[in-house]
Amino acid sequence: MADLTTNFAGIRAPNPFWLASAPPTDKAYNVVRAFEAGWGGVVWKTLGEDPPVVNVSSRYGAVSYNGVRIAGFNNIELITDRPLDLNLREIRQVKRDWPDRAVIVSLMVPCTEDAWKSILAPVEDTGCDGIELNFGCPHGMSERNMGAAVGQVPEYVEMVTAWCKQHSRMKVIVKLTPNITNILAPARAALAGGADAVSLINTVQSITGVDLDQMAPEPVVDGQGTHGGYCGPAVKPIALRMVGDIAREADLRRLPISGIGGISSWRDAAEFIALGAGSVQVCTAAMHHGFRIVDDMIDGLSNWMDSKGYRTLDDFRGRAVPNYVHWSDLNLNFKTLARIDQDLCIKCGLCHIACEDTSHQAIAALRVDGARRYEVIDAECVGCNLCAHVCPVDDCITMQPQPATLPKLVWPQHPNNPMRIPEAAE
Amino acid sequence: MTDTADIAAGRLPPAQLAANFADAHPPLSPHEAVVEASRCYFCHDAPCIEACPTGIDIPGFIRKIGTGNLRGAARRILEANVFGGSCARVCPTEILCEAACVRTAEEDRPVRIGALQRRAIDWLMEHEPTPFARAPATGKRIAVVGAGPAGLACAHRLAMHGHEVTVFEARPKPGGLNEYGIAAYKLADDFAQREVAFILSVGGITIDYGKRLGVELTLPDLRAGFAAVFLGMGLAGVRALGIAGETLGGVRDAVDFIAELRQTGDKARLPVGRRVVVIGGGNTAIDAATQARRLGAEDVTIVYRRGPGEMSATVDEQDWAQTNGVRIRHWAAPQALLGAAGQVRGVTFLRTRLDQTGRAVPSGERFALEADMVLKAVGQVFMADPLAADGSLLLATEDGRIAVDAERRTSMPGVYAGGDCVAGVDLTVAAVQDGKLAAEAIHRAVTG
Repeated sequence: MADLTTNFAGIRAPNPFWLASAPPTDKAYNVVRAFEAGWGGVVWKTLGEDPPVVNVSSRYGAVSYNGVRIAGFNNIELITDRPLDLNLREIRQVKRDWPDRAVIVSLMVPCTEDAWKSILAPVEDTGCDGIELNFGCPHGMSERNMGAAVGQVPEYVEMVTAWCKQHSRMKVIVKLTPNITNILAPARAALAGGADAVSLINTVQSITGVDLDQMAPEPVVDGQGTHGGYCGPAVKPIALRMVGDIAREADLRRLPISGIGGISSWRDAAEFIALGAGSVQVCTAAMHHGFRIVDDMIDGLSNWMDSKGYRTLDDFRGRAVPNYVHWSDLNLNFKTLARIDQDLCIKCGLCHIACEDTSHQAIAALRVDGARRYEVIDAECVGCNLCAHVCPVDDCITMQPQPATLPKLVWPQHPNNPMRIPEAAE
Repeated sequence: MTDTADIAAGRLPPAQLAANFADAHPPLSPHEAVVEASRCYFCHDAPCIEACPTGIDIPGFIRKIGTGNLRGAARRILEANVFGGSCARVCPTEILCEAACVRTAEEDRPVRIGALQRRAIDWLMEHEPTPFARAPATGKRIAVVGAGPAGLACAHRLAMHGHEVTVFEARPKPGGLNEYGIAAYKLADDFAQREVAFILSVGGITIDYGKRLGVELTLPDLRAGFAAVFLGMGLAGVRALGIAGETLGGVRDAVDFIAELRQTGDKARLPVGRRVVVIGGGNTAIDAATQARRLGAEDVTIVYRRGPGEMSATVDEQDWAQTNGVRIRHWAAPQALLGAAGQVRGVTFLRTRLDQTGRAVPSGERFALEADMVLKAVGQVFMADPLAADGSLLLATEDGRIAVDAERRTSMPGVYAGGDCVAGVDLTVAAVQDGKLAAEAIHRAVTG
């Protein structure tokens, strides 16, 4: 059995599966249930100044896909709407009762040194393992110059991070917003401010849908809607890319990353860890199915690690990072071709029509003695993978890399590149 | 053998009877339909379309269900098959579209095309009971004989093209086999009549009841009085067993038993035997036997002279009968019907086997089954007499039925035919296609 214990920026946990700062971590009641289910840690739902914020009724929107619920999810809920003192008392008790679990407290107060300074001491006094700075909330709080309004300005990120490091001894994780053009800028700002780690991504600004009867964005609040924060399985690709971007930068390589974004299974978690994450945070999957999902996350990750011979998380953490390169590093002489297993083919014709209409006319639709038959035309196939993606049958269409006939050639050296770097003279 | 035949009505409590003859396969819920629609791969050159005798754009309508465009889905179905509602319920999809579904090849679990089709049509009938718009009137009058699926499919298509159609129907109600010949639980809640009303809502179609070809009507008169004639009168004859005892009380044609059952509102008034033997291997045998069971018959046996693979009832239909407690005995041919006091009391059978030429022949071995009621379901035949004049047929025939070409033209100019009275498979959906093709041919001929 693989060892899943986690040491994330000095914060220890029995496993890397933490619940993200969100409704599931708003109260001791929920958090205790999560710990009983086996979660390795929680980031307590964001605390703010008293008096507490007020939340609206009708808070979540969702994207269903072909009858499958919650492929994507958004919310317009704000930070905790419970009194600060109540949260602090519960955090203290929970950490005392569950000393082996990571308990991190998410914070968001107005962007002044006094405001941050005055909340840090009582939080530190709870005995929590660290704080996460909520610089990502993209709705509501950002209109009040908090949340993403801070996270979108690297100078503010650095400034607030520095205040937190200056006025407390706690570990500081900076949670980054994806609603930005280049994730490296706030990541570097966090590092410059002395952050112990970053976590990403927060939610993506979104409208999940428009109610065509009420003519209002969803979720509808008394006939009107506002943009919310998008999360769930649909955002995983965005999150993976941003995690990878930070992990592969030489100057950020030592900055621990807590991966967040659509993680629903052990496999999703393994992908984030392979791209450099030291822990992962989950919200939507738990909100969809309850805390019990962590059972298979732990069990599945452990079994997969055993099958690969990885003993600890560090054995494979970041292993995919060196292979996440810029486009200009890709080999233009690499060639792969689609192959159709005729015995597995069910004759749906999707490969043909996709290629014929939208790609390279490289799959012929034939009738052989009246029976449908689809065949790849190698001379036309560019190896784009489209057919393999649309084919509904596992392993029916596979992409087969062709033997290399030419040495690796990248764009900077390609003859078609007007900016080509000339090869050194002999 | 007991002393007296046991035939009685009201064998089951009314609530049980009502449940037994309610919808056998309830409709998909809206969510079920969306989930099922998502299983459709939206194939290119989809095999299911090719397998549908009416060529419904199946992936097209299923995609529309998936997007919530139920109106578009239903209209797409009706363009190809105006009887889409009943075909969704009675088609043997397991040997047609669903057999061809690529999911069958993949996982032996096809998309439930019939159930999805029902979802779309039911929605339209509820929300838009008169969806049809006719072309401007042409002034042409067309005669249709038979208000079954073939005749009404033809009439509807002709009406859409702006023609005026008179349908002559021998029976008091329209619908043909949908009304008289199909098990009640397949077309529950008076669906056959509701569908005919939906189809007739197009306008331009008049049905003249109690008019039989060869009695109140003649083909030459129709030919003279209308721009074209479509014959869709089905099969009026039933085969006899040709054995002793066929006139005994309790011996009935299965089609009559089914028709009476369909026309009797209060099923508690229908007499049925305690022990019922059904002879035959088609869907009529299945429907008669299963409905006898559901009326409360204790012991129902279908006897067929060949094996399960040769039965014209599909495997699903055979399974359905067996699930309903009907026993199916293969490889036996009836030898004699046994009676007492004028009532049938049993049947003796000769076991059969295949001879070298592949025919089922008696093997000499014999057995008997007790029976209070015997239902004959050994096939229906086309009665050509109404088409005769001066002792000779007016139309050419093929395999004992009216011969037609690809456009459903008979040998007589201006006369078209379709449905069970022409050669081919005897399915509602095939009859609809015949009527549709004939209507298009008639339209071209009378406007050309």
